[in-house]
Amino acid sequence: MVNPLARPSEREVWDALARVLDPEIPVVNVVEMGIVRAVHLEEGRARVTITPTFSACPALHVIRDEVAAAVRALGLEVSVQSVISPPWTTDWISPEARRKLEAYGIAPPTPAGDTPLIALEANPPRCPRCGSFNTAVKNTFGPTLCKTIHVCNACREPFEAFKTV
Amino acid sequence: MTDLTPQARATLILRFTALADDELILAQRNGEWIGHAPILEEDIALANLAQDELGHAETWLRLRAELDGSDPDALAFGRDATEFRCAQLLEYPRGDWAFTLLRQFLFDAYESVWLSAARASSYRPLREAAEKMLREERFHLQHSALWIQRLGLGTDESRRRTQAALELQWPLSAQLFVPLPGEAELAAQGLLPDLSALRPRWEESTRQHLGACGLSVPAWGAPEDVWSRDQHSPHLPELLAEMQGVARADPEAVAW
Repeated sequence: MVNPLARPSEREVWDALARVLDPEIPVVNVVEMGIVRAVHLEEGRARVTITPTFSACPALHVIRDEVAAAVRALGLEVSVQSVISPPWTTDWISPEARRKLEAYGIAPPTPAGDTPLIALEANPPRCPRCGSFNTAVKNTFGPTLCKTIHVCNACREPFEAFKTV
Repeated sequence: MTDLTPQARATLILRFTALADDELILAQRNGEWIGHAPILEEDIALANLAQDELGHAETWLRLRAELDGSDPDALAFGRDATEFRCAQLLEYPRGDWAFTLLRQFLFDAYESVWLSAARASSYRPLREAAEKMLREERFHLQHSALWIQRLGLGTDESRRRTQAALELQWPLSAQLFVPLPGEAELAAQGLLPDLSALRPRWEESTRQHLGACGLSVPAWGAPEDVWSRDQHSPHLPELLAEMQGVARADPEAVAW
């Protein structure tokens, strides 16, 4: 049994959630990716609100289970709710997570904004290997829904980039 | 949403079903390319498109579930063709590469104008879903529009095939804009986009791109050849037989 006097604080819940890694990109966690939207603590119960990056993200149920497990490990009862509004944007990815993505070989997203419906990629991502901006899109769709495939014209290496949404 | 009239609720259920069915059937057709696309990158792209459409189908069925408590899986895998409300354009076999990508382009353009308009709906769950999906659809339209360019301005053979696909698909596209029963009233009330206002916007953008890609847009078919969404092609039951086969073989299964 958990001593009610030692109930975890909201800060501790957030810290526990920051140890839950993104199942598809296991170098970043679900907090710095902007997936965890809110934590609400009341009488030993936690309500955690998460949002999917992409509607069809197959990792969402894994994230939901791991988020719940992380909170339960603190001795709290937990409910995890998934919402789609406001829609997730790559602008919510923290600077630290962007650095981790780049070090992992995935070019981080460029700032989101309203782009015309039929347009080619406006901002080329920077090559995570050599740092060149001289890159070209190879494929709008990559190995997961959230990534595109690019090639660097400077170092000739292909690389993945996070889609900007 | 307690303030919906029973009639509005019934029409929203119908519209969410139609939206889900279009996506679900297109996802199934695109999925048929997995392992068969001309190059690996396109195999992956078609799988991505299918996955997105499937996610969107699920979103629409959840919106329907909020209104009638239905089970999305049971609807996807347990209904017969007569209960589906997809447009025939999406039912046709995948055909060749030009056929698949042209259909994708026409549908992506339709979905983009529909979702853009749905962001102004007075029904909050619809507004929120449209906002979310529109961000994802942008990548679809980019991809399919680029392919129409490659195919239309490619070789004689690629243009001939794309033109042939357009002759069949353009008249079929009219069905996308046929309102469901009660839909016109809901559009007037601001709950749903007005299809009659969307059609010229869709037509203008698709015509412009198709023309720039060296393709000639055929005439519309006769008005009597534009079906309502409860009229299906013979391709739908065939598709469902395959798509629903496993689920129907063991309806009690919770996981495979």
